[in-house]
Amino acid sequence: MQTFFIVAILGLGFLITFQIAKASEYVAVLRGEERARKQTNKVNAFMLLAFLIIGLIGVYYCNEQLKGKILGEAASDHGVLIDRMLYITIALTGIVFVITQVALFWFSFKYQESDKRKAFFYPHNNKLELIWTVIPAIALTILVGFGLFYWFKITGDAPKDSMIVEVTGKQFGWEFRYPGKDGILGKKYFKKVDPANNNPAGQLWEDQANHDDIFMEQEMHLVVNKPVKLVIGAKDVIHDVGLAHFRMKMDAVPGTPTTMWFTPRFTTKEMAEKTGKPNFTYEISCDQMCGQGHWSMRGVIVVETQEEFDAWMAQKKPQYFVANPGKDPKAKADTATKQPVAAVVNSN
Amino acid sequence: MKSSFHGTEAKQKNMSEAINVQHGAAHVEHHDAHSHGHHKETFVSKYIFSMDHKTIAKQFLITGIIWAIVGGLFSVLFRLQLGYPGQSFPILETFFGNWAKGGQIQPEFYYALITMHGTVLVFFVLTAGLSGTFANFLIPLQIGARDMASPFLNMLSYWFFFLASVVMISSLFISTGPASGGWTVYPPLSALGQASSGSKLGMDLWIVSMALFVVSSLLGGLNYISTILNLRTKGMSMTRMPLTIWALFFTAVLGVLSFPVLLSGLILLLFDRNLGTSFYLSDIVVNGEILANEGGSAILFQHLFWFLGHPEVYIILLPAMGMVSEILSVNSRKPIFGYMAMLGSLFAITILAFLVWAHHMFVTGLNPFLGSIFVLLTLLIAVPSAIKVFNWLTTLWRGNIRFTPATLFAIGFVSLFISGGLTGIFLGNSTIDIHLHDTMFVVAHFHIVMGVASMFGMFAGIYHWFPKMFGRYLNSTLGYIHFWVTMIGSYLIFWPMHYQGLAGIPRRYLDKRGWVSFNDFPELDKMITIVSIIVFAVQLMFVFNFFYSIFKGRKVTNPNPWGANTLEWTTPLRPGHGNWDGEIPEVHRWAYDYGKDGREFIPQTEPIGENESKH
Repeated sequence: MQTFFIVAILGLGFLITFQIAKASEYVAVLRGEERARKQTNKVNAFMLLAFLIIGLIGVYYCNEQLKGKILGEAASDHGVLIDRMLYITIALTGIVFVITQVALFWFSFKYQESDKRKAFFYPHNNKLELIWTVIPAIALTILVGFGLFYWFKITGDAPKDSMIVEVTGKQFGWEFRYPGKDGILGKKYFKKVDPANNNPAGQLWEDQANHDDIFMEQEMHLVVNKPVKLVIGAKDVIHDVGLAHFRMKMDAVPGTPTTMWFTPRFTTKEMAEKTGKPNFTYEISCDQMCGQGHWSMRGVIVVETQEEFDAWMAQKKPQYFVANPGKDPKAKADTATKQPVAAVVNSN
Repeated sequence: MKSSFHGTEAKQKNMSEAINVQHGAAHVEHHDAHSHGHHKETFVSKYIFSMDHKTIAKQFLITGIIWAIVGGLFSVLFRLQLGYPGQSFPILETFFGNWAKGGQIQPEFYYALITMHGTVLVFFVLTAGLSGTFANFLIPLQIGARDMASPFLNMLSYWFFFLASVVMISSLFISTGPASGGWTVYPPLSALGQASSGSKLGMDLWIVSMALFVVSSLLGGLNYISTILNLRTKGMSMTRMPLTIWALFFTAVLGVLSFPVLLSGLILLLFDRNLGTSFYLSDIVVNGEILANEGGSAILFQHLFWFLGHPEVYIILLPAMGMVSEILSVNSRKPIFGYMAMLGSLFAITILAFLVWAHHMFVTGLNPFLGSIFVLLTLLIAVPSAIKVFNWLTTLWRGNIRFTPATLFAIGFVSLFISGGLTGIFLGNSTIDIHLHDTMFVVAHFHIVMGVASMFGMFAGIYHWFPKMFGRYLNSTLGYIHFWVTMIGSYLIFWPMHYQGLAGIPRRYLDKRGWVSFNDFPELDKMITIVSIIVFAVQLMFVFNFFYSIFKGRKVTNPNPWGANTLEWTTPLRPGHGNWDGEIPEVHRWAYDYGKDGREFIPQTEPIGENESKH
């Protein structure tokens, strides 16, 4: 019913507009086209000026309304650099934006057709061309300079003491693997992927480094102020590890591992206080179109202190022992305890 | 009595022919059923398989308009989902059945809609509809040629486009749905039917359609280039050509050099899909099934795609830039400022367009050093763009501006090009791109600078050259309403969208309620949806104005209604095949002698006077 009304109103509005438009055409012919044209010319020139003024107020208003919603302080060291670069760019482009838009609409208004004026024949001026080639070139050099300085910092090698976590995207969820005490991720091969036998990552059990690797899904824990290097991959299609609060992002490509590193600055709890959102969560969003569940491909990162992290990690059981319960020295001792990780969850 | 009877009949015949033009453009079979009458031969050769560049231009334009309605409607549908997630619109189920079960747009349907919206608008509307129309229409008329270098290839160019359209349309009606992996169709998603239902038959049809489209584009492009190089009238040296022609020339060069790369990429994709090759596939476990493919690179496709994809942006933009230059100059009654600089910047953009593609891939794991080169080259392209903007501004400065609907759209183009161009400086800088990549910021950026701006260029062109195309005017009051609603609406839709992107909201998310971080903008999303419905409605009004004015618009009586210098206005009111009745006029000067020596305008055909000042 509502739809019907909307369509009816639109139809009616259109009909009225059309009649007016037709009538104004006839009126113009009757009153003399030249005069009618000059009148509309004035109206449009005025509208252009009004558009400029209201538009600039609108830009300001929009910023006032929305600036509180753009995530607040960056939660990683790299994020701070990225935000700084962002604000440098906003400042520089903001100036250009205002100057050029004002010039465009002001000239349009000021130099509207008038019988008193003749257009000024002004085909070229090489000096002017030179000025507005050189000035943008300098401005852009500054932006490129800053940009690349930060870019190489961010994409440079991770510190040696970084924590390593493997992140794997799949339709439509996230898998994580921690290297365990040895700090080395064991080898894996996609043809060994076998969730039914508790090997969802395709780990090669003959590789000793795999025996202490810990596997989990959907939720990852990190330590505050400790650099972390993510080793990123995908099982099926291209995904993307998007970390909006850390301002970080990297594609997850099947067959081609990628990496990125950053240092979280605040724990989840601290961020909850800073943002005033009690339910604050660091979320992992898939930022690369990956199929019909793309929009819901959510993971969670918990940033906590070293102690909290250690306590959490201590509860985890290496996937090697989940897959091969017979080899677990602890298993016989406490068979009654619950399985730490339900690895066979297929979220879709 | 008798004569008036004849008059009516002739009028009706004219009408039915003209109506059949629009039908013929969309449904050739439909037309055949009607045309078995007496004028079969002439009708078919005049309106359907025409070799007249002007008719072919109209065919491109009308097909483009039909596609624009389809593509625009798709965007309204998915905006409904974005503005009102979870709300039921029973009417959608009536029309789309299972795609909108319970009146809600299903995810598969949503992704099909955005994919088709992108494909249709980028390729079918803003490539074929824009340069197909105006290259065909303006090149022979403005350089002084009777037709294209090869009218036959030109005709084929349209009909390959038509075939591509038929294949693409048919993919909308198959049970597994059309391609739905985004208009960039990245594999492995687009390669694996197991990963998405849109990657089944729909994707093969998408590839076939695009292959036909590439053929069309190449036939057209080669024709445009050879026509411009070889068929200029006497006196029309390259540097006397209007900037429209230069822009269309560079557009054609871009298309001819980059579309084949897309085609090769798509053929490899077709192989991966159907022949078991591994160009793009490696290490894949999809839905529990382990695939045999090893050693391919999914990123390779992105290089091939964006090697076209980025020049494509300029294929879309350059014709708009050319037309805007021409229209601003004509209507401010002043020469375009810095003709050579405008030409040089077009050339620079054309060259740089080929050297920036990897800025779409900063976060694919690309080598950071390689990334830095692309940052440099990408931001370099802002220099010629800035030159163009400043030259347009100076063209308006101290002019005597007539605000025809075309002028307004041209001014709107410049405004949007500035806004969207500046946000490009954010995204082209890899550091900022890390945060903004694949967010709504990107959507806002490219819609303003490429989508809406080029659309404005196209509208400017239509309003400006409609009198030459159809011998009638568009209703200008509707034109003004069209402009103002579209202008205000475009900014209302896309300006605040940047903030969603700054907040990190990813593209292509159909429902953000499940997220803690991205759920702060429900009111904004609603506002954007409402505005886009209004803007879409106004576009329908324009379409009505267009078709109504073809038949009923005010007749053009002045052969040069805008007082322009270029050659197309020296043709008869309704030029036949061959354009000029007698000799093709000779050209004596450049196209921009407006306001020179106290004269309002001096057509290109007028010889240089003895006492004329130099510039």
